[in-house]
Amino acid sequence: MPHDHHDHDHFHHDGMSPSGHPYRADNDEPLSYWQCMEIAVRELLIEKGHVTPAEIAAQIEAMDARSPANGAAVVARAWTDPAFKARLLADASAASAEMGFDIGGLRLIAVENTGDVHNVIVCTLCSCYPRNLLGLPPDWYKTRAYRARTVKEPRKVLAEFGLELPETTQVRVHDSTADMRYIVLPARPAGTEGMDETALAALVTRDSMIGTGLPKTP
Amino acid sequence: MASPADKVRVKTMMPPGHVRAPAYLRGKIGVIERPLGEFGNPELLAYGHTDGPKKPLYRVRFTMAEIWGDAAETPTDTIDAEIYGHWLEPAP
Amino acid sequence: MSEKFPFDGRRWHDMGGQDAGPVTPAEHDFALWEKRVDALQVLMSTKGHFTVDGLRRALEDMGEDAYEKYSYYERWIAAVNQNLIEAGLYTLEELGEKMDEARTRGETYGEAARG
Repeated sequence: MPHDHHDHDHFHHDGMSPSGHPYRADNDEPLSYWQCMEIAVRELLIEKGHVTPAEIAAQIEAMDARSPANGAAVVARAWTDPAFKARLLADASAASAEMGFDIGGLRLIAVENTGDVHNVIVCTLCSCYPRNLLGLPPDWYKTRAYRARTVKEPRKVLAEFGLELPETTQVRVHDSTADMRYIVLPARPAGTEGMDETALAALVTRDSMIGTGLPKTP
Repeated sequence: MASPADKVRVKTMMPPGHVRAPAYLRGKIGVIERPLGEFGNPELLAYGHTDGPKKPLYRVRFTMAEIWGDAAETPTDTIDAEIYGHWLEPAP
Repeated sequence: MSEKFPFDGRRWHDMGGQDAGPVTPAEHDFALWEKRVDALQVLMSTKGHFTVDGLRRALEDMGEDAYEKYSYYERWIAAVNQNLIEAGLYTLEELGEKMDEARTRGETYGEAARG
């Protein structure tokens, strides 16, 4: 498998970051060739006036501010506001922007899970992902295993995520091959009647918007 | 321009270089799910040619049975992919 | 790709439907240098110095070996650099000298990057 990052032991939760992932060996590690290239490229671009340190800092900040919580808010709104849901399914970029999310030029399509249909998103050719809404993709989304197998045996892949779908549910795989990005609008879980938008958003996981999971139940 | 529900076949050509029509869909027949409008041609953009003509882009829906034949996990499951118009030809 | 079959034109990155092992749900928090690579890619493509397809083309042309050996943002900085060299924003000589100079600043990324 590709080294999409250095070894981590998923059974150790001591020493994990607040997001529950391993802290990255970073500034204290020996300088690698590629890190050295990053420094050189960035400094040359700054020296030659093609970019400023402030622009780089602002871009990192903007990307850090994008997270699955943005998508969860969109989903929760769609669960509670039928008119918004209709707008989301018609034009997910406009609906996300309407909620105040800075999604840049993202062209987003929302695909709806129902009692009979389950959607799952993949990019077989590279790593296309609705990053301007949900933030950067998880490492597994970029692996050979996920990219290669999701279009051929989606049910087996979903089972590896702990999601077993009945044969009566149709699986729709979406391969992000070009200019669109996709988000799954998961079905609202049973037993959530009366919950408000904020409480509902807390049930919406990142994986439920990729299609490799379902929302949490209250 | 193709319209929703039109049957289309992805061309089988295999030119070298940067293209966005996945190999597993080439030669396969699907149905236009929706037209998406016109977009820059990745086959030109990849090589620095930003002034070339735009190409229509479509979401095309394929069944697992069409793509994988007897090896399909569940034949009626589907795959949607975006395919540029110049990679599509009408299918009977 | 097996040597038993002649090359049919399919390229290594075009992975849909190939055999592969189980999906391991790995993820990590991104390091500062990785975030900087991501930011440079977004900023320089937004400014029109290259396109996302130009980035992908460089990644694809690096080959399967690079995909297996190097991490995601290692491949990205290589591809960003390739496109910037092609765009003429700086020369290989300038890059080489800057990398050599950065290396003299210290043993770690933090020291070489001065933060």
